[in-house]
Amino acid sequence: MLPSVLRCVRPVSTSLSLSRPLAHFRPHMDPDPSRPVERSIRTKLTDQLTPDHLEVHNESHMHAVPPGSESHFRVLVVSSQFEGLPLIKRHRMVNEALKEELSSCVHALAIQAKTPEQWGSNPSLAKSPPCLGGSRGDHTVEEKLKAGRE
Amino acid sequence: MNSLIRNTARCLRSGAAVYMPRQADGRVWTSSARFLCAAADVQKALGDIVQKDKVVVFMKGTPAQPMCGFSNAVVQILRMHGVDDYASYNVLEDSEFREGVKAFSNWPTIPQVYFSGEFVGGCDILLQMHQNGDLVEELKKLGISSSLLEAEKESK
Repeated sequence: MLPSVLRCVRPVSTSLSLSRPLAHFRPHMDPDPSRPVERSIRTKLTDQLTPDHLEVHNESHMHAVPPGSESHFRVLVVSSQFEGLPLIKRHRMVNEALKEELSSCVHALAIQAKTPEQWGSNPSLAKSPPCLGGSRGDHTVEEKLKAGRE
Repeated sequence: MNSLIRNTARCLRSGAAVYMPRQADGRVWTSSARFLCAAADVQKALGDIVQKDKVVVFMKGTPAQPMCGFSNAVVQILRMHGVDDYASYNVLEDSEFREGVKAFSNWPTIPQVYFSGEFVGGCDILLQMHQNGDLVEELKKLGISSSLLEAEKESK
């Protein structure tokens, strides 16, 4: 059996409130050149989904993985390409755009896929649930972390 | 897909039965998938698994002890709606089963939720369905009356 569950410590400074109404007024986050996976995610989602608004959050620090990992992400994509599509189709489009990352180094991907109208009426980023430590001792995650480092 | 082909070639045991123990604490039960071997067997077994119960969840850990925050969120949402009678499968028990689950749904992450054999989505989708009222409707189509709906009726 896996070791007993440990709660991850989340630094207070990176805590997100449940909704951030002014999120869409934030300046565009420049990709960090030292974070290749984040950059790749941002580039691919921009190229393939032509978003009006895009947020890519590396949430690896909230999980049971070493500091500096790029294994757990949350993305918020606002695109008119999602008009008329059910959630599952929207999420599949995001998965498809990021299939290389998902098959190599990204272990978890939380997705919010909104149309511009939906974003306008509710401009908030959802919050990930607290980690229950499942990545610790998970060899699949270890392989992905290794893939990310190479 | 290459890994699936390698798994199929490697495993010479065919027709392996799926061993699925029933937990002592009630209807929710987990599968021990270590007797599943060839990838094709896994896909076939999954086809049966998702049809067999109205609500099926592939997760990390068990409903009693989830090993992942996202899997736990799915468990909590179902619990909130009073859905106790569902089949849950712990993908951490067997890596071939885990990969098979992802290949079967063509979905890269766990948890995964199925309603009447149809893939619904993961934690994000279930959460949004819960928030916008769609989950109550979908459960109704399954013949499951959400306890949130009953609570709402009582408060009126």
